[in-house]
Amino acid sequence: MDKKHLAASLFALFFAFNTTAQNVEVIKFKDLDRLINERKDEYRIFNFWATWCKPCIVELQYFEKLRENYKGNLTVYLISFDFVEELETKVKPFAQEKKLQSEIKLLDETDYNSFIDKISEEWSGAIPATLFVDNRNGNKEFYEGELEEKDLLDKFSHFTD
Amino acid sequence: MKYYKIITPIAIVAAIVALYVTPGSGKVESGYVVGDLARDFKLKDVTGKQVSLSDYKNAKGFIVIFTCNSCPISQMYEDRIITLNEKYESKGYPVIAINPNDPLQQPSDSFDKMKERSKEKEFNFPYLFDETQVIATAYGASRTPHVFLLNKETDGNRVKYIGAIDNNLKDGKMADKKYVEEAVEAVMRGDDVSTTITKAIGCTIKWKRS
Repeated sequence: MDKKHLAASLFALFFAFNTTAQNVEVIKFKDLDRLINERKDEYRIFNFWATWCKPCIVELQYFEKLRENYKGNLTVYLISFDFVEELETKVKPFAQEKKLQSEIKLLDETDYNSFIDKISEEWSGAIPATLFVDNRNGNKEFYEGELEEKDLLDKFSHFTD
Repeated sequence: MKYYKIITPIAIVAAIVALYVTPGSGKVESGYVVGDLARDFKLKDVTGKQVSLSDYKNAKGFIVIFTCNSCPISQMYEDRIITLNEKYESKGYPVIAINPNDPLQQPSDSFDKMKERSKEKEFNFPYLFDETQVIATAYGASRTPHVFLLNKETDGNRVKYIGAIDNNLKDGKMADKKYVEEAVEAVMRGDDVSTTITKAIGCTIKWKRS
């Protein structure tokens, strides 16, 4: 194999490995709206975060744990407000490093005022923020601010009561 | 019994006070809405000088912005905040920036770091430290940056707009809605502000832990 081919194969190999890494899908508000409002036989938690938001990063692990404990009944969506330009350089490497297993979506929107109220009227826009949804009946509960592990467990068990 | 008569009202008052001043909830439940009169304050700026709204005898109003050093969104808006002051201070609406964050939760928001940031970015507006978080709580600020446009009226400083600076975080030039500018212009003309409240993604204010 000549050098050129070797380089090409290595590149292909690298690419193949890369695609097995944690996938982060880029979505628009209408996609998020569907995820929140469609009827499914499960609970969904939407946690709004960004790689630049320190308190958000601290609480991600609690959502990961909750997801593990309620597998089959709960889907956790980590909705990132990072810029789409930083998908490859920041968001994907972060997800990989932290070995995040939840569904990660990057919300590629800039006009925040046009949709924040549609997610929850209680939300001022500060992150972290969390939306609990019972997708069987559309019940929702919203929380703005950081959550300690115990708070999250309490809120979720109260919500599912 | 006589002292029941005294104790009962005291107990009622205490209960009411407890209801309203429950500490450590970490969330701002109250705050101003558009149309309210905003309170004045006395907060130190990065030079150590105490600043109050009442110091500005000739101002027609104020662009009060809760912001901080550490929040990337605040940082992305810094140049736009400088431009706002350039544009409106001379017209009677200066920018007053206030950092409400507890440095124990976020060390980069300490008073010393405020001085550094202010110097580095050559802030042309006062940058004040709300050390007790009383002002952020009274105003109902929840995130950084968070703007409160005040108009000086005969009975006080009336809140005319609450929210974001514009509708494009990434690039101010691409913003097709410059909320604060539109609100200031409307107030200067004596018109009603068309968009009085907006929401935007921001960093939560780092409240003191009880």
